[in-house]
Amino acid sequence: MTTLEIAARVDAKGLACPMPIVKTAQAMKGLASGQLLELLATDPGSTKDLEAWSKSTGNPLVESSVDGAVFRFVLRKK
Amino acid sequence: MDDPLSIVIFSGTDDRLTAASVFAAGAAALGRPVRILLQYWGLEAFRADRSGRGSALSPEASTSGAAALNAAIAAGQVNWAETFRMSKELGEVEIHACAQSMEILKLQPTDLDPMVDGVEGIAGFIAAAGSGQVLFI
Repeated sequence: MTTLEIAARVDAKGLACPMPIVKTAQAMKGLASGQLLELLATDPGSTKDLEAWSKSTGNPLVESSVDGAVFRFVLRKK
Repeated sequence: MDDPLSIVIFSGTDDRLTAASVFAAGAAALGRPVRILLQYWGLEAFRADRSGRGSALSPEASTSGAAALNAAIAAGQVNWAETFRMSKELGEVEIHACAQSMEILKLQPTDLDPMVDGVEGIAGFIAAAGSGQVLFI
């Protein structure tokens, strides 16, 4: 098993809605198809927002986890 | 293509403008086209000489809530003008001034913040909204 290589990281900790998805959408624009983006956020709505963003835009949500108050997401550029 | 999200911004208070900017940014992040029509006090808040500041808060704001929001605005954590600019960079977001409000308030296009794309009449706005959602704030 190979470790997933993250191409870009976005730290949206401390930022309120809608900044986690705004920063995600901005960062995804710079990636090539298949590349991975990691997002860290503390916004309590971010899990549902990232699921909705992934579904609406067609960029798969590969990982979604929470460690204390920090949510971590990995998305793959479609 | 997705139907646009259309937003009528009537109010010029910082809290309502902030709420409207969150909708615009969220829709832009989702790839939805956004069309905004500025009327009355919402239009006045986009005057270039206001530097993106609205007028106070809505009357229903509580004293403690107003203090918290004003502190966030003063600290730069909430800036609706910046959120609208970011939305325009991110996606397809058009901001138009209502033609009737422009006449009543005696404003010229050059009086407005450069993020305003132009002047639009009501028929143009409704026709472009199509069967998409329309929010009135």
